[in-house]
Amino acid sequence: MRIELERRANPSLLFSVLSPFLALTLTVFAGGIMFALLGKDPVSALYSFFIEPLLDIWSLHEIAIKAAPLILIGAGLSVCYRSNNWNIGAEGQFIAGAIAGAIVPVVFHDWHSSLVLPLMLIFGMIGGALYAAIPAFLKAQMNTNEILTSLMLVYIAQLFLDWLVRGPWRSPDAYNFPVTRDFAPEAILPELISSGRANLGFVFAIVAAVGLWIMMRYTLKGFEITVLGQSERAGRFAGFSSKRMIWFSMLLSGAFAGLAGISEVSGVIGKLQPIISPGYGFTAIIVAFLGRLNPLGIIAAGLFLALTYVGGEAVQLTLGVSDKVTRVFQGLLLFFVLSCDTLIQYRIRLVFSRFGQTSEGGAH
Amino acid sequence: MGIIEAILLTVVTAATPLVLASLGELVSERAGVLNLGVEGMMVMGAVLAFAATQATGSPYIGILAGIACGALFSLLFGFLTLTLVANQVATGLALTILGLGVSGQIGEPYVGMSGVKLQPIVIPLLSDIPFIGPILFKQDLIFYLSIALVFGVNWFLFRSRAGLKIRAIGDNHASAHALGIHVIRTRYLAVMFGGACAGLAGAQLSLVYTPQWVENMSAGRGWIALALVVFASWRPWRLLAGGYLFGAVSISQLHAQALGLGIPSQFLSALPYAATVIVLILISHNRRMTLINTPACLGKPFVPDR
Repeated sequence: MRIELERRANPSLLFSVLSPFLALTLTVFAGGIMFALLGKDPVSALYSFFIEPLLDIWSLHEIAIKAAPLILIGAGLSVCYRSNNWNIGAEGQFIAGAIAGAIVPVVFHDWHSSLVLPLMLIFGMIGGALYAAIPAFLKAQMNTNEILTSLMLVYIAQLFLDWLVRGPWRSPDAYNFPVTRDFAPEAILPELISSGRANLGFVFAIVAAVGLWIMMRYTLKGFEITVLGQSERAGRFAGFSSKRMIWFSMLLSGAFAGLAGISEVSGVIGKLQPIISPGYGFTAIIVAFLGRLNPLGIIAAGLFLALTYVGGEAVQLTLGVSDKVTRVFQGLLLFFVLSCDTLIQYRIRLVFSRFGQTSEGGAH
Repeated sequence: MGIIEAILLTVVTAATPLVLASLGELVSERAGVLNLGVEGMMVMGAVLAFAATQATGSPYIGILAGIACGALFSLLFGFLTLTLVANQVATGLALTILGLGVSGQIGEPYVGMSGVKLQPIVIPLLSDIPFIGPILFKQDLIFYLSIALVFGVNWFLFRSRAGLKIRAIGDNHASAHALGIHVIRTRYLAVMFGGACAGLAGAQLSLVYTPQWVENMSAGRGWIALALVVFASWRPWRLLAGGYLFGAVSISQLHAQALGLGIPSQFLSALPYAATVIVLILISHNRRMTLINTPACLGKPFVPDR
């Protein structure tokens, strides 16, 4: 038996809508098998992983908290990936944004003003954008592969943060714990509603995603991104510069990741510590693809992936399964998304007979 | 044993996984397939090698398990990118994310367990050569394999018919297809070879480098291996040199920490990553040379028209 692909004349609209859902179904199915292998009842495990978190207010707030950085980063990355710039270092830009934003409440902790929070957010965006400017510069000017440089910078950012909170920025009254001083109340991102912890970061994420959706759909810039991503040559004839696009997409996604970073430390953690992200920058890559690189799709995808984080914590408590199942789920999901996307461009045929099997090489 | 010998020994141990993983990736990229999942295949190899060693007590079974696991895991990548023509960059990332997740899950019971170290095989006579002997001829099986594989791959790619076919596919898959070469089948094999090498590299980590299981123990080495392939401009000999250079850089942080130079340990730990970036810049700023060296069909999907 072989699998043959036949290119469709036009991309299938049906499957471009259906493929994320198909992928979700397959992931849930594979997840059930995984739980069964771990010796748990798959139905009840899947129930507490995917359904239970949706049933109480506290975990809905947790989902919003975790969806915020995922949507924000994922939306920025979608611009990169659409324009064929492979920024996979969003985790590093997230950390850079968190550090830059934290300069205000940590270094100038005596300064109390209502300007503190806006300044932090701006610094966070600048920090993330500057950190993304390194791979952007290296790709645009030095022709260096952005995949590898942006990823290497993640490790460097993590180590730099580790040094900061253990060294110069360590709080004087934290009994040698590697944390900075707690942010003052005016440096904390306000909560949205009184029923739980969800904060303004979620609003930033939605606004950013909708804004990008408008840009991609209705502006020349959006067209430029798509054209350059599909064919750099065609873009050049249209007068678009791929170099400028490298800068634009990388700085934009860096700024978004930076904003996500400072929102996370300001709204959720309240200080800097060695680990500030459960891999949001990498999970956001999955979010971007699951959302089919469409900012509105990314909102839905971000909420779903946030559910996998909360669901992972839930099964850890109820079933005693390790929370690593979350990452397995996320990896599986990306696999299924990518394979289902094939259906958009191609028809898949299973070939059983040996006849009519044009040997792969040669015959046309 | 002198201090220099001791340092060189650690360099060899640090370089071997880099050489192995990047050698596998080199073959895969020569066939035109960019597999960014090296990190994931490596960490899967590490955990399965450790688990198999714990189960059987024999690190050699562990090595086999690591190789098999890497090759099988890479099949997943092959199926998506070659059969379903999914985007290679995204699929490679997926392989890495999945590998890190699954290995963490599998390795959970093994955290903190002390492992079995792969014992060196002393080669008689040669190991008595002063200085060189203890460094090169009192090593473990994986080291000997890594050197043999560099020789083997170099011969295979540039002196054998099959190697010529692989390079042809990587440079122009449409022409290779027209000449009757099985593009997809060859690419599958190249990807699996890459997976097997990455799995072996992972086995080295959990059986030789630090004989234990630590989550995410590949610590970015898979990515450094990818950079090494670019650094080596897709040539096995340069890759061997590059691997040892990077091994030296990554191990120098430990020695610098031991010396107590007063540099924060985090900065020293960041050294291999920073070095990777710098090396990439130096290698790739010459646009024309990069273009000449890179397999022309690298990362491009291939669908045979019928």
